[in-house]
Amino acid sequence: MKAFEYAAPSTEAEAIELMTERAGTVEILAGGTDLVGLMKQMLVNPDRVVNLMEIRSLREIEPTPSGGVSIGAAVSLEQILDSHYLDPYASLKQAINNISSMQLRCQGTLGGELCQRPQCWFFRGGHGLLGDDGRAVAQGDNRYHAVFANAGPAKFVNNSRLAPALIVRDARLRIVGPSPDAEQWVDLADFYRIPRHGEQRENVLRAGQFVSHIELPDPGSFQCATYEVRQGAGPEYPLTAAAARLNVQSGVVRDAKIVLGHVAPTPWRSEDAEHELIGKPLTAETIEAAGLAAIRLATPLSRNEYKVTLAQVSVERAVRMAAGLPPGGF
Amino acid sequence: MADIQYSWPDRDSSKVIGGRQIRLDGMAKSTGAAKYAYDINLKNMLVARALGSPHAHCTIKSIDSAQAEKVPGVVHVHVLDHAKPGREIRWQGELLVIVAAETEAAAMEGVSKLRVEYEPLEVFVDEFNLEAAKKAGRTSKDGGKVQLEKEPGDDEDEATFADKELERLFKQSAHVVEGFYGIDAITHCCLEPHGATVYWDNDQLIAYLSTQNVSGTDEGFANDLKIPADKIEVRCQYVGGGFGSKFAPDYWGTAAARIAKATGRPVKLMLSRDQEFKLGGNRPSAYLKVRLGADKDGVVTVWDSDHWSSPGADGPGVPQGVIPYVFAPKNYRRAVTKVTTNNGPARAWRAPNHPQGCAITQTAYDDMAARMGISSYDLFLKNLGTDDSPGVAGAKPSVYAAEMEIAARLIDWKAKWHPHGKGARRGDIVDGLGMSLHTWGGGGHESTCTVKIHPDGGVESFCGTQDIGSGTRTVCAMVLAETFGLGVDAIRINYGSSRFPVSGPSGGSTTVGGVSESHRRAGQEALAKICEMVAEKLGVPAAELIADDGRIKARGDAKKSVAWKEACAMLGMKPLEVTATFRPSRNKSPLSDTKVGGVQMAHVEVDTRTGLIRMRKFVAVQDMGLIINRRLAESQIYGAVIMGIAYSLFEQRISDPASGAFLNADMSKYNLCRLGDIGEIVVEMYEPESERSRGVIGLGEPPVIGPGAAISNAVCNALGFRVPVLPLTPQRVLEAIKNNAGRA
Amino acid sequence: MAAATAVQTQLAAQQGTASKVISGVTKVTLTINGKEQAVSVEPRTTLLDVLRYQLDLTGAKPVSMDSSSGASTVLVDDQPMSASSLLAVACVGKKIRTVESLGGDKPDAVPAAFVAHDAQQCGFCTPGFVVAVRAFLDKHPRATEEEIRKGLNGNICRCGTYANIIQAAIAVVKGGK
Repeated sequence: MKAFEYAAPSTEAEAIELMTERAGTVEILAGGTDLVGLMKQMLVNPDRVVNLMEIRSLREIEPTPSGGVSIGAAVSLEQILDSHYLDPYASLKQAINNISSMQLRCQGTLGGELCQRPQCWFFRGGHGLLGDDGRAVAQGDNRYHAVFANAGPAKFVNNSRLAPALIVRDARLRIVGPSPDAEQWVDLADFYRIPRHGEQRENVLRAGQFVSHIELPDPGSFQCATYEVRQGAGPEYPLTAAAARLNVQSGVVRDAKIVLGHVAPTPWRSEDAEHELIGKPLTAETIEAAGLAAIRLATPLSRNEYKVTLAQVSVERAVRMAAGLPPGGF
Repeated sequence: MADIQYSWPDRDSSKVIGGRQIRLDGMAKSTGAAKYAYDINLKNMLVARALGSPHAHCTIKSIDSAQAEKVPGVVHVHVLDHAKPGREIRWQGELLVIVAAETEAAAMEGVSKLRVEYEPLEVFVDEFNLEAAKKAGRTSKDGGKVQLEKEPGDDEDEATFADKELERLFKQSAHVVEGFYGIDAITHCCLEPHGATVYWDNDQLIAYLSTQNVSGTDEGFANDLKIPADKIEVRCQYVGGGFGSKFAPDYWGTAAARIAKATGRPVKLMLSRDQEFKLGGNRPSAYLKVRLGADKDGVVTVWDSDHWSSPGADGPGVPQGVIPYVFAPKNYRRAVTKVTTNNGPARAWRAPNHPQGCAITQTAYDDMAARMGISSYDLFLKNLGTDDSPGVAGAKPSVYAAEMEIAARLIDWKAKWHPHGKGARRGDIVDGLGMSLHTWGGGGHESTCTVKIHPDGGVESFCGTQDIGSGTRTVCAMVLAETFGLGVDAIRINYGSSRFPVSGPSGGSTTVGGVSESHRRAGQEALAKICEMVAEKLGVPAAELIADDGRIKARGDAKKSVAWKEACAMLGMKPLEVTATFRPSRNKSPLSDTKVGGVQMAHVEVDTRTGLIRMRKFVAVQDMGLIINRRLAESQIYGAVIMGIAYSLFEQRISDPASGAFLNADMSKYNLCRLGDIGEIVVEMYEPESERSRGVIGLGEPPVIGPGAAISNAVCNALGFRVPVLPLTPQRVLEAIKNNAGRA
Repeated sequence: MAAATAVQTQLAAQQGTASKVISGVTKVTLTINGKEQAVSVEPRTTLLDVLRYQLDLTGAKPVSMDSSSGASTVLVDDQPMSASSLLAVACVGKKIRTVESLGGDKPDAVPAAFVAHDAQQCGFCTPGFVVAVRAFLDKHPRATEEEIRKGLNGNICRCGTYANIIQAAIAVVKGGK
């Protein structure tokens, strides 16, 4: 690790000040399960690290006046599992439980999970976020890389395991900074972006900004589920995943939202799959059609065609589980 | 004094041997008290970290360490000889420069400030692709063997004859199978990386080395440092995994000694995690194309294979001798090609070559069963032959047959087996059964032990051995406790220093055989001397005395006895010291033997839409001669099976075809088995008197050999077709499903 | 004025100023296994490095760069975390327990069960596993075998001691400790 300055503010305003008062790069510490490893390998070399864990307001889970729940960015994943406020959001807890390391759940936070850097092995191997502007990925072993939205230099996948589950729930983020009282709300679906060059990051945060809260709206009468293709029982990242939200009335799908994970540089919403579901009776044929529709736009790289199949199955199984059916496989 | 007849007590009179004594250093390991090389902290110690080559193949143009030397806390920069300008580097991660500093963080920062210019060279790592390897000039013939029942005529060319004769045999065969099978390279991935903590005491080097070879590594340091071996002590009480990769000090070990000399301070140099993956050792890959023919009963009579294997940049690949594995068809031709790549050199990996041989050939036998529509069990059984006319090269056919019967009962083979691909579906899930056979030598290595009996009754032993996890300390203590009729707690075992009497390296399942030999021998000889003294006092011939229950007793006359302490007091002021050596030879020792056989069966489930595989049950039946500690023996088998599940389903070294980089050299990307992945594992010892009476045989390697074939065969039974290459990742299972469209 | 965080309070007491930013070598006090320990750290110093190099508490092991092996598991305010990915300065004011606190003359039920069921071979992963099992069973004292198999996947063992670890955890549940 390169030497850095450290600060652990106790308020948001203090944090913003610490992030903006000096030139140089600043990284946010919110658990450390990803950042500290990146710093040890000198892939991320901040001049200053600002630890959000001492800001009390960021460590709370609270009901909102509109019937939803607000989760502080520094709330640990295990705290979410333990919170009764989040019982109505069972698919979120399901997604957290898929992160099968208790250590990662206790140390890792929701904000950290959403802002984690890609696992792309070219990035982690020192070739930059895009992997030599995408060349390393295109020419090399890309078995775990993107099968959607991979035409540009960014071919990594977004590895958040909670973003799909939160996006189908229409979660919003509260972003604060860079001025002390600046605050904005962003749909989580709009938080991520595909970087066009190596200087850009994978989300819309600008210098001096950080995510302070994640807000979930009223749980409503939706049926939600998350399905991950996990090779083993460990906390290793899934090959693909999908989250589904259904509103089914009298056996007919009135509304649907499908978001895939680990298939594109951002969480990947499949409106194609949603169209196949909406207005249709929830039958095996409908579900199959949704799975097929989900991969219509897939553009696999040289070595990851199998991920297209897995994306299709992920969608089918997430929908099945949301519908209260057994997934059919593991 | 009469010559001592070395022997073990029989099953019924054994008090300690064969029991379930708990591991003596278990609590130290479970509470963090056990100190590994990585854990040794010495006063004023420097911590060293190394720069590894980012390129898989390059020439070093220049090295500039000026900036590194300026990093606060950096004390010394050491450029390795093989990294001097102009030298060629042939694999990624090869250490180039070592930086020693006051803290690990400062050392790492120093490493990051080293400026090295490289001239990249052409890279080849695609060992799976034989055609590409040939094109890149990376292949070489690596032996082979032809054996045919018929001999060529005097004037016939041998190669032409073999071609013709094999064709004739295949034509004659009732069933012929052609197949392709493979198993990727994996790494040792020791959780404690390779490395050492060293210091100099004047001209003496003391090295706390993470090693499987305490008695042999002082020579390694001596040769490299050009100092007498008697000036070196290697110490290792605990080693955090070795699996065949930690037999030498390695150049980084001697570099640590050089830096310690240069700075006058103790130095700790352990490989970083990615360096451990890249340099710490790997198991060669192996891929095989084969045609085999069987008679109408399924007995394979002809085998014609061509396999290639890569040990990386250096070392031997998988040899022809394990092809086919255990089974020994009467006619065969086996050709071998070695592929040289820009990956780190292979090292011995638990049961070298056997897991690969088993995985790429017993799968072919299984495919023969599938071709014939018969149970793999029946085909394997038919190919065993008889003890008089064996069809296998390994343990006796009767041992395998007996073990197969036990394994089949434990996994419920008869009820659960179904013809290949014809099982019931549960949703998208199908299940299947598979099996494999294995063999291993496991004869004890050379070992010398000194037993010291103190006049106060205290017993201790000294032996330059080590415990790589198998429980050496506990085994030695049990042997001496049994010998002296004492409790295990009354014995003090001293090992883990090259100053102690020489014992062999812990590799090839030789340790328990070796140390039980030397300890039993020294123990029996010491006991004879004690008995001679007691004989006089009791008026009983020494030969009639036995050690039992803390006393030296007359056999059959309980009234004539003295307490152990009383007997030892007769030594007077001087302790009794006896040294005994075991040297393996062609003559069988009464205490130990070699060669075991085992049978393993797997029951798996396969998700046909995702290619995911789950272990339901795994049965391991194992022969190992006389069992010293049943609990520890079981642990070895559980562990081996779990390691086997890992390399069957999860583990592989992934090298980037473009850059040669080892892409998954981190714990989260190098997939290993986790606790939730193992399913139910059933271990059964096969220890009838016929096997027990052979004496002690090592156990570390044998049970790790078979899981690959057993699991691959089970998956094939589930799907109805082969997923040819291990590990059976979802990607490969899905590709196989696609290639066999409509059959899953 | 915001409430000062623990590390600020400590530094303020030392230096007489409420410094918000720490850089370079700093003396802090950590609460480890019930004892106050004065240590020298830089912001980049991990808790694992402090434990191992300054306090000779070497039970927690360095295995992975990425928190994925569980070998450095310690309890921070009773929560299992990886000491390898925690900054020591971020642990000021927290109650840290290492595997060593489960040993001593009266060892905890978890290491005792590990010994009784031989849930260890080379032993390098064992301390991290012991702490993880302790934390898991503290939270799920009546865990079933299935829950144990699902709940203890944050640690890697290379020797393959999992089968015995499952038995050890079951035994602790049965023993009610």
